[in-house]
Amino acid sequence: MNHWTKPASVNLVDLGFMDSRSKLIDLAAFLDRVQRAGQDDDFRVAALKQAIALLSQNEPERAKKVLLSFSDPSTEPIPKATMQGAIGAHKESLKVEAV
Amino acid sequence: MPYIEPHGHMVSRTMYDYEKMALAGCEIICEPAFWAGFDRSSADGFFDYFRQITEYEPKRAARFGIKHFSWLCINPKEAEDTMLADDVMALIPEFLNKPNVLGIGEIGLNKNSRNELLILEKHIQLAADYDQLVLVHTPHLEDKRKGTQLILDALKNHPKIKPERVIIDHVEEHTIQMVLDQGFWAGITLYPESKCTPHRAIDMLESCQAERIWMNSACDWGVSDPLAVPKTMLEMKRRGWTKESIQHVAFDNPVKFMQQSGKFTP
Ligand SMILES: [Zn+2]
Repeated sequence: MNHWTKPASVNLVDLGFMDSRSKLIDLAAFLDRVQRAGQDDDFRVAALKQAIALLSQNEPERAKKVLLSFSDPSTEPIPKATMQGAIGAHKESLKVEAV
Repeated sequence: MPYIEPHGHMVSRTMYDYEKMALAGCEIICEPAFWAGFDRSSADGFFDYFRQITEYEPKRAARFGIKHFSWLCINPKEAEDTMLADDVMALIPEFLNKPNVLGIGEIGLNKNSRNELLILEKHIQLAADYDQLVLVHTPHLEDKRKGTQLILDALKNHPKIKPERVIIDHVEEHTIQMVLDQGFWAGITLYPESKCTPHRAIDMLESCQAERIWMNSACDWGVSDPLAVPKTMLEMKRRGWTKESIQHVAFDNPVKFMQQSGKFTP
């Protein structure tokens, strides 16, 4: 049985605008900083720029699309785990899209 | 308001954290077996860890009026060494009769390797053999989408695994739908930087109408917040959720899933 009750309508812009504004300026400053330092050829910066382009789309699935743009698109298990952590962006898929 | 922390690594936490959680309304904590921030050198290390989360943590929690339950496995970060994994899995059956053990977890994948997948399949078999609930960890960041698909396939391939007895944790916007569509439960982990923020969690809860979903803080050895669940409950209130709807996600849903173990009582 579904107990879902739709939340009361609130002004989500009031709740979230200042936080989003601040995060966007941080992102802009990050891109400026790595460019000034000559580090903007890093594949992770390229992945960020590729994801930023998705924000101007008009479908309400931007978060999902940004996450997918950072994701490994392959489907087979890798032969061996050579590290334990994750980087946050997938280098090979960026190269493929750049071709 | 009462809530359940259904996925917290309390071995990484102090008594002060227990106290803060109790003050915030936490009544029950469930602790899946996971990585301890470093690789253990033998199965003996896991034996002691299993004793810690089945015997010692329940006592620490009880000092603050909190019930403590746990899950057992060798986590995927340490599963690349299959000999070690086999030795650790052999320890699990003797612990399954402990009164606070709810099932097998958090199993899953980390880097989506062949050995990790092999050990995941062995854990799934163990859960089937002992009729246990399953709690699944999905990989981080760029590995999550692929790993979630591999995990769902492995679970679906086992004839005795019922999706309603499995929770796939750490879902995000790109994985939640595939998990729910196939009948599994989904866990949203509120974790700075690498997982999900309160507002994104609430967005997902609203678009999926909060069914078959729980939320947790993980609160492990990393930069994480043991109060992430009550903080998200506060955001839910600010976003127009009723008290009943908040309770449904923060208390009733975890109860509904974990009661299937036969050992869990709220
Ligand atoms: Zn965990």
